[in-house]
Amino acid sequence: MALTDALKSEFEELVKKYPQRRAGLIPALHRCQEDLGGWISPEIMEDLAEFFELEPIEVYGVASFYPMFKLRPQGKHVIGICENVACDLRGSDEIIDQVCKLTGAPDGGTSADGKFTVERLQCQGACTTAPMFDLDGVYHEELDADKVAAILGELQ
Amino acid sequence: MITPASETYLLTRAEQPGSHTIEVFKRLGGYAAIEKVLKQGISRSDVTTEVKNSGLRGRGGAGFPTGLKWTFMPDPEKDPRTRYMAVNADESEPGTCKDRVLMREDPHGLIEGCLLAAYAMQLSAVYIYVRGEYRVPYDRLQAAIDEARAANLVGENILGTDFSCEIHMHKGAGAYICGEETGLMESLEGKRGHPRPKPPFPAGFGLWGQPTTVNNVESIFNVPFIINKGAQWFRGMGTEASPGNFLCGISGHVNRPGIYEVPLGISAETILNEYAGGVWKGRKLKGWFPGGSSTGILPAEMISTAMDHDSIKGVGSMFGTGAMIILDETACTVRASRVLAHFYDHESCGQCSQCREGTQWLYQIFARIEAGKGEVGDLEALERISKQMAPGKTICALADAAAIPTLAVLRHFHDELEAHIREGCCPLRSKGEGGQSQSAQEVHA
Ligand SMILES: Cc1cc2nc3c(=O)[nH]c(=O)nc-3n(C[C@H](O)[C@H](O)[C@H](O)COP(=O)(O)O)c2cc1C
Ligand code: SF4
Ligand code: FES
Repeated sequence: MALTDALKSEFEELVKKYPQRRAGLIPALHRCQEDLGGWISPEIMEDLAEFFELEPIEVYGVASFYPMFKLRPQGKHVIGICENVACDLRGSDEIIDQVCKLTGAPDGGTSADGKFTVERLQCQGACTTAPMFDLDGVYHEELDADKVAAILGELQ
Repeated sequence: MITPASETYLLTRAEQPGSHTIEVFKRLGGYAAIEKVLKQGISRSDVTTEVKNSGLRGRGGAGFPTGLKWTFMPDPEKDPRTRYMAVNADESEPGTCKDRVLMREDPHGLIEGCLLAAYAMQLSAVYIYVRGEYRVPYDRLQAAIDEARAANLVGENILGTDFSCEIHMHKGAGAYICGEETGLMESLEGKRGHPRPKPPFPAGFGLWGQPTTVNNVESIFNVPFIINKGAQWFRGMGTEASPGNFLCGISGHVNRPGIYEVPLGISAETILNEYAGGVWKGRKLKGWFPGGSSTGILPAEMISTAMDHDSIKGVGSMFGTGAMIILDETACTVRASRVLAHFYDHESCGQCSQCREGTQWLYQIFARIEAGKGEVGDLEALERISKQMAPGKTICALADAAAIPTLAVLRHFHDELEAHIREGCCPLRSKGEGGQSQSAQEVHA
């Protein structure tokens, strides 16, 4: 998918917040990922390079630096499970196992039916409500096996 | 029973329904500080002086005095460049989750703090850099800015005066290093989050090369209270060197993990036992991180230490973000070290060889010790590598954040590390073949 005219005009507004156009790049990458299929394709990077008056390699350099930007297609649902220390102390490894089992996705990959991508995340700032995962951009906290089964059950 | 802090202010509004709306915020006394300053014509330097006199120290991890930092901004009479503040809402230090609550439940409190900072430092714009995963706090803050703009509290000629200030939201994209203040500025400019060598410091060469101050969310959130009630009031809480209350997030093996407002100088034991309900499952305390994962772990015996910058430094660690992480007697310090070493390896931006290589080696060594494949000399290697990484040997303090806690675990849990290497497995887990022993099942329960 290519950059749409709607997004381009949105970005024209966005860059007004900053004294330099380029500062809009990261927020724009977010918007592209949200609206254009859940990942940043090479084509989108080229379009963004043109929009921000950069070389495509500069856009790639930025997009590839930030873990939130996905450079290949993701499953329909993306489940990111925090594996950092506060979550680990409260059993995030069991949550990871359970999520992989229920979704059929490998730890750090996408299920064969393309429905689920499972990834491990670093601390998400939900340590006092650990363990947690982020499902399609929404936090689910104080997880246990029953809660995970119920949340994923609703998606089946 | 909870012994309440002598006085609370940081979370009082957040507990009210609708606290994120301008209506509730104003009803609870919000925007009174900026109104007072503008209507009574309190001078810009008086605002800075009040913050300086309050003794407020930054809540982002380094504990630098906020008012003093503001005075580093050049005099606008002599230096006419555009001036900025970046509010650090990247909050990615493992264990830390306080700013999220402030932004989500009381976004106008942060905006009022930004306005006071902008007035004091004559800023033309403030950027609030929020980590990309914090969608709800971001949306709440954006809605609050829109409400404040409609009420003539953001934008041109605020409250009919000649004071103008823009506040912009900006989204990060999941990199811990963008919480480091110069990494944050690079990221805000639309680049990779590569920290800049210092000097030059942000006050001289910050965002787009202009004078810039970077402050943490909770630091700025304290400012309206200080302006409203005065520096003396603020100094009535906390200690002489670390005044005020702070938000202590306590996580890990406790009965009631949570974010509690407590005065600086309170004993860590009081937070653990009276606020967080003690170590869970009736178990004993093994160790604790006082202020996020970048502060060295301390053993159980030190739990009566006071939670303030000097006291924690006195026992060889750091106050950091004040986020306590509790490990009970069944927790394995090698595992915790491996989890964290992996984190720092993952987050190193790679500019400095000591950090890029060192974090990777630390991770590999902890991983092999945990897997029962530790070698004689591994503990010496951990120490040697850590000392090559820190202190102050790299562009930014991420290398220190990985190395100094490694030295702390070697200091306080040497026996446990050694036992892993000697026995070829975790001494807390099974020694038998194929499967877990009684005690191991208990551990995994
Ligand atoms: C690796 C690294 C990560 C950091 N992450 C954060 C962060 O997420 N939030 C924060 O406020 N400060 C963070 N800091 C500290 C900032 O560099 C800076 O000291 C702070 O934002 C200043 O604000 P304060 O003076 O109000 O505390 C980090 C520092 C380092 C070295
Ligand atoms: S210390 Fe590490 S994170 Fe900091 S600039 Fe150097 S390589 Fe990057
Ligand atoms: S450690 Fe998992 S959210 Fe912080």
